Amino acid sequence: MCFAQVKEEPAKRAGATEQNALAPRLMVVLAFAFLFSGATHALQLIDDRGATVTLPRAPQRIVSLLPSLTETVCELGRCQQLVGVDRYSNFPASVQKLPQVGGGLDPNIEMIVALKPDVVLMATSSRAGERLQALGLKVVALEPRSHADVQRVMLKLGQLLEVPDAARIWRAIDAGVSAAAQSLPPGVRGTRVYFEVNQGPYAAGESSFIGETLTRLGVKNIVPAKLGPFPKLNPEYIVRANPDLIMVGQRSADGLQARPGWQSIRALREQRLCIFPTEEANVLVRPGPRMAEGARLMARCLIEKAPGAKP
Amino acid sequence: MMQARVWWLVWAGVLGALALVALGICVGSAGLENLIGPLLNPAQDPPQTAMAQQIVWQIRLPRTLGAWAAGALLGLAGAVAQGLFRNPLADPYLLGSASGASLGVALALAALGGGAGMLGGSMMNGGVAVSVFSSSLWVRLGLTGAAFLGAVFAVMLTLVLSRGVGHTLRLLLAGVVVGVVLGAMTHLVLLFSPESLQAMQAFMLGSTAFVGWTSCVLMASVWGVCVLAAWLLARVLDGLSLGDATAVSLGLPVAPMRAALVAVLALATGTAVAQTGLIAFVGLAAPHLVRSVVKTTHAHLMLLSSLMGGVLLMAADTLARGLMAPQELPVGMLTAVLGGGYLLWLMHRSNLAGGRAA
Repeated sequence: MCFAQVKEEPAKRAGATEQNALAPRLMVVLAFAFLFSGATHALQLIDDRGATVTLPRAPQRIVSLLPSLTETVCELGRCQQLVGVDRYSNFPASVQKLPQVGGGLDPNIEMIVALKPDVVLMATSSRAGERLQALGLKVVALEPRSHADVQRVMLKLGQLLEVPDAARIWRAIDAGVSAAAQSLPPGVRGTRVYFEVNQGPYAAGESSFIGETLTRLGVKNIVPAKLGPFPKLNPEYIVRANPDLIMVGQRSADGLQARPGWQSIRALREQRLCIFPTEEANVLVRPGPRMAEGARLMARCLIEKAPGAKP
Repeated sequence: MMQARVWWLVWAGVLGALALVALGICVGSAGLENLIGPLLNPAQDPPQTAMAQQIVWQIRLPRTLGAWAAGALLGLAGAVAQGLFRNPLADPYLLGSASGASLGVALALAALGGGAGMLGGSMMNGGVAVSVFSSSLWVRLGLTGAAFLGAVFAVMLTLVLSRGVGHTLRLLLAGVVVGVVLGAMTHLVLLFSPESLQAMQAFMLGSTAFVGWTSCVLMASVWGVCVLAAWLLARVLDGLSLGDATAVSLGLPVAPMRAALVAVLALATGTAVAQTGLIAFVGLAAPHLVRSVVKTTHAHLMLLSSLMGGVLLMAADTLARGLMAPQELPVGMLTAVLGGGYLLWLMHRSNLAGGRAA
């Protein structure tokens, strides 16, 4: 609040005395003043639980309990306001130096309180929210699951953190995904892809975040939307679907070729297998601002391995 | 009369198993689907036939037979435990041996792969990480060995805590405590090796999804050894059912035979757990089902429980694949619901009977 008032004072004085000569500069200063004047009013937003959260001003100390929310805060240029993150938040590198307050589902309540955050960002699925609120902390619960959610969460956090160009940042990310799709040769379209999230085997279906990216890249997911976002499949289903290409994170790649009956799958017979190192797999599975990078990683895989990529 | 019933039950077990194998081969990723057509008319559509062959021979048959073998091992372990501890509620789970086996598997995985991920991922880059679903024979043997050691350790711990098998309630309490503590330790190990966490979670719910011929043959051979050993050692169980003193007075070497039976119990449980994860209640329910039909000697009871366990798990596996196809239910969850339900009903019924008798 103090900061905003200091900024406003010179703006008023300048307006009173040197109106004509300083008109262009005045406009800039006034715009600035307008921007910050918002901070003097209470901030209100409705989070994904439907709860109305009121903050006296834009938060200066933030704890984030979800990697994708951490990444979004940093993408919005408010990384330096983070004072604590969950143990899975590891991007950008600067957040690795912050205090870790446990996992999103099992956060260390005491440690969070000790950090005196203005706001705690977390997933709606975590039960810690009630407890933190009872202790007098402001909690904003957001659950990014789909591409549309990433946009919504980014705009909402932009509102909360008073970042005026959140919409522009989102458009850049969205354009990045489209550009990745356009970078693909036409022969790649319609490639039948199987994306394994882990060795259940759990697959990423069409309705998952990963599935949405695949759809935008113009390839065919062998797991239809009706099976849900991350179904546990009968391995036989994948053998029957006979995908052209398999995408998998390094953690679950071991022994893929040696699974009973899998040698006959076209993707494995023709070595059309993309194994994403853990760091890249994180980018792919997190519904956050790195979704364009995720789309580029998948596009790179398709260009290198898809049957129709090289005519 | 009893002998006739025993034979009747043996045939029922064998025929039931054969019928379920036939059914298990027909149930696939899209419910009941026709793969027999392409198999019988290879000329019609060669690629379709090749795939049908692959699916039947490499996926459905080994996992169906694997489910039978795992169930047979658990049924046998259950019958051995119930005879050994003279306790109708003894079971590989209640004695903590299954928890010990899964702790062994988790430790082995953490030492081989998951731990390397924690140490900066240097080994991961070489691709040396080992998965719980791996189908390499050496990995399977190693995991089975680890599970066996874990199971032996757990049973020993239970026996030490309960100060022998004499006191039923103490034995069960000790078993439950050991199971809970070892289960918590398994979770602790997994917490420190996030690399193997997801795979282990799927594994702990029980799964026959990736049982191939390697696991299948391994389980079948261990089953052969265990059944033979149990058959030879059965006399001591008959003796023990009349009390320790009687068994000793019959001239039986009670102590070594007991140790051998604990080894059979641990080997059977460990082998099943290492291939298919935690599958609850099969070991408990199978001997009860057999006893509800026929009262017989322990040699027969163990064989029949084994056959019954195989049929039970195979049926559960077929259901787990078929109910939501192409999605799969974790088979361990299904056996817990079905087996647990059966036991609740059994307890309820025996309560009523007991009330009337009083």
